[in-house]
Amino acid sequence: MRRRPWAIGFVIFLGLVLSGGGYAAATNVVQAEVSSADQVAEGRKLFLANCASCHGSNGEGAIGGPSLIGVGAASVDFQVGTGRMPGQASGPQLYKKPVQFTEEQISAMAAYVASLAPGPAIPDAEYLKTTGDDIDMTHGSELFRINCAMCHNAVGAGGALTQGKFAPALGGVTEKHIYEAMVTGPQNMPVFNDANLTPEDKRDIIAYLKYVEEADSVGGYELASIGPVAEGLFVWIFGLGFIIAITVWLGAKAN
Amino acid sequence: MSTNTEQKPTTFIGGAANYLDERLSLGGVLKNFGRKVFPDHWSFMLGEVAMYSFVVLLISGTFLTFFYQPSMASVHYEGSYAPLKGAEMSIAYASSLDISFDIRGGLLMRQVHHWAALLFVAAAGLHMLRVFFTGAFRKPRELNWLVGFFLFLAAMGGGFTGYSLPDDLLSGNGLRIIDGMLKAIPFIGPSISSGLFGGEFPGDEIVARLYSLHIMIIPALIIVLLAVHLMMVIIHKHTHYSGPGKTDENVVGFPLMPVYVAKAGGFFFLVFGVLMAIAATFTINPIWNYGPYDPSPVSAGTQPDWYIGWLDGALRLAPSRMDVELLGVVLPFGVLLPLVISLAFLAVVAAYPFIEKWVTGDDREHHVLDRPRNAPTRTGIGAAGVVFYAVLWAGASTDLIATNFQMNLNQVLTSMQILLIIGPVIAFWVTKRACIALQRKDREIALHGRETGRVVRLPHGEYIEVHEQVDKYELWKLVDFKDYQPTLARPNAQGKITLGSKIRAALSSFYFEDRIAPVSKAEYELAHADHSPAPSVEKPKRKPRELVGKK
Ligand code: HEC
Ligand code: HEC
Ligand code: HEM
Repeated sequence: MRRRPWAIGFVIFLGLVLSGGGYAAATNVVQAEVSSADQVAEGRKLFLANCASCHGSNGEGAIGGPSLIGVGAASVDFQVGTGRMPGQASGPQLYKKPVQFTEEQISAMAAYVASLAPGPAIPDAEYLKTTGDDIDMTHGSELFRINCAMCHNAVGAGGALTQGKFAPALGGVTEKHIYEAMVTGPQNMPVFNDANLTPEDKRDIIAYLKYVEEADSVGGYELASIGPVAEGLFVWIFGLGFIIAITVWLGAKAN
Repeated sequence: MSTNTEQKPTTFIGGAANYLDERLSLGGVLKNFGRKVFPDHWSFMLGEVAMYSFVVLLISGTFLTFFYQPSMASVHYEGSYAPLKGAEMSIAYASSLDISFDIRGGLLMRQVHHWAALLFVAAAGLHMLRVFFTGAFRKPRELNWLVGFFLFLAAMGGGFTGYSLPDDLLSGNGLRIIDGMLKAIPFIGPSISSGLFGGEFPGDEIVARLYSLHIMIIPALIIVLLAVHLMMVIIHKHTHYSGPGKTDENVVGFPLMPVYVAKAGGFFFLVFGVLMAIAATFTINPIWNYGPYDPSPVSAGTQPDWYIGWLDGALRLAPSRMDVELLGVVLPFGVLLPLVISLAFLAVVAAYPFIEKWVTGDDREHHVLDRPRNAPTRTGIGAAGVVFYAVLWAGASTDLIATNFQMNLNQVLTSMQILLIIGPVIAFWVTKRACIALQRKDREIALHGRETGRVVRLPHGEYIEVHEQVDKYELWKLVDFKDYQPTLARPNAQGKITLGSKIRAALSSFYFEDRIAPVSKAEYELAHADHSPAPSVEKPKRKPRELVGKK
């Protein structure tokens, strides 16, 4: 699937000539901050070098990957920012890998993809804060249980889906990426647009997730938060195991 | 009774004891009871572990009843767990949260209670396996096996009802499954369900009903059954492992008073201590994470406590799309099949001592335990049962196996379904073969001693490996077991061979066709005729039958 270097060079050249900075004028209705022409051009360059092989040289999609027209800056920011993209041939679901680009490079590519067609933008900081009077964590936890827990577990410890797919654990994911996951619905996750969950709802969910992640565990060590199975294994292996060691000791003392 | 010549106790305790003895004549009872003998072996303490966990359950549970409120009426939570502040929930759930967050020591008590419940059933289960694999269920203890079996069921019931009390999302999901199972029973199911829940699920009565079961009926049942269980242990006396001087006619061990009781008292505190330590360091059932029960959401990783897991696994492993319509009623076999299979499994467990007795036709009393290898077929059956149970149990966590080991959920499910059927067969065969191999080795050792690896050259040039003869204690262990032989189907008084006796003969040959006979006296003497000096085996006081010669 890899193209020859000269082909890529040619595509870049052609692209630059054709676009000729024309994207500078293009504005994105959904997008919050207007990206500069330079950024878009830079993004396009990076895109052609790293992504076009799978997504097509204009993001229109190719054999290796879907069309990115209309997926918006949020999708790129999420996919590249969590290390999912550039994709790698894999099993049923693409895995996260170490992030390969800097913040600026990611913003540039996001700006470029956003310039192709309107789509969900990178969220405003106002929806990413986790403390404040207007935040309703109770609401957030309820929304999370109703909308997300069936895949991600009640405290975001992750869960299995069919055919080798899985919903990952949510600990350590940044507020921005959680928000973007909701608006873009990566792979097998449904999209939660602003009609399903308003930006405030999303903020409350994020606040709840961050609370769970950061709060001290009240009851002691958590055994991975995966519930009764871990508890059962624990009682058999360590609880009963330890007690049997005691019985053997007591029995041995007698003889 | 008290005369002037009798010495008066001088200490306070002495006085108190005397006071009670004069009025209740406890002394006689205690003397009798205190002279009971209890043998010492670690595996005989598993029942005790279960019993002490139960005591811990009673103590911690009593604390919880002071604060828990079994009501499904709805309130807004005002306690201190931030992510649920103001949420609408049942009083039951709110009071469980209060115990966890706002009542001093409450969370520790909740955790001790739950850990003790898990340990209770685990210890009882292992105790049951010990009884099974050593043949302790044979005459005269068949009835006590049954009592134990019902204790185990009651323990499971106690656990399940308790699990449902906090009325959180997890427990609600558990009840929903029970509701589904009940409704699957043809014809009468729906009415049983609405009777239990007081209307359509979830209704607003179930928590209060489960509460009466959980704190009164089931504990009372367990206490009564336990009393009967222990009475029977006292009446039958405890079994012991074979060894010189240990026979079907005696018990070798320590008297209950004072040695055993002192030890047991100490052991109780050890179990209590271990449970407290676990409860103080490890979270169990963090109900605040699951949120209040609401019929719509289901969390990933929804599982019951371990002892209900095998039933949940049976449901998950049953193929779906097996509904059959019959006479206008839909029979959901995806639910009924696991239900029937689980009940059948339990029935076989309950009936096992009676089945084995029928097959062997052995009507003698057995107080000396079998070494598992000396009953290869029984041990094989036990292993098959353990594997069957274990696969069902693992079946309840297919999703977690898939996520944590990065496997495909559907493949995990299919492999478990296959394993459920062939696993027990393989386990039976492998275990039985292993037992027989071990028996062969025992025979070798009994006849020729242990290999020492030392090779010597005899004066006439022959090389031999020196075998070390086992001492008489070892020898007894190696040869002291019953040797059953397959029986033939015999005609009855009317000269007819009934179907029953045919089945019995078939089972008998299934059990005893492959067997290794214990070393007989003649064999032993033959084997030692050319070895000098003869091992200094004084005859044990009461010789095992086999050594006496008859075979
Ligand atoms: C090896 C091929 C490959 C490469 C290289 C690649 N992608 Fe992808 N990309 C995919 C595939 C396949 C998917 C679809 C994943 C799915 O949904 O199953 C995808 C999905 C995406 C999506 C989500 C689309 C949506 O519907 O929301 C974005 C955004 C994206 N890629 C951006 C990029 C960017 C930016 C790069 C370059 C840094 C890149 N990709 C490189 C294969 C690739
Ligand atoms: C149908 C199941 C499903 C539901 C419902 C769902 N998700 Fe997801 N979620 C997934 C899957 C599958 C992925 C992995 C996608 C990928 O790797 O591309 C995912 C990924 C995510 C990620 C990215 C995690 C990471 O490691 O980068 C976040 C954050 C997330 N989900 C949050 C949510 C939230 C919040 C909700 C509820 C509003 C939700 N999800 C509902 C299936 C689901
Ligand atoms: C549920 C809780 C149970 C408790 C608290 C309990 C307790 C005990 C105790 C303390 C003993 C004497 C010591 C010992 O052998 O361990 C005992 C013996 C025994 N138990 Fe249990 N038991 C329980 C469940 C069971 C079960 C499930 C079975 C089998 C189905 C069973 C069958 C027996 C038998 C046959 C004996 C006599 C053993 C012998 O003499 O070797 N018990 N039990």
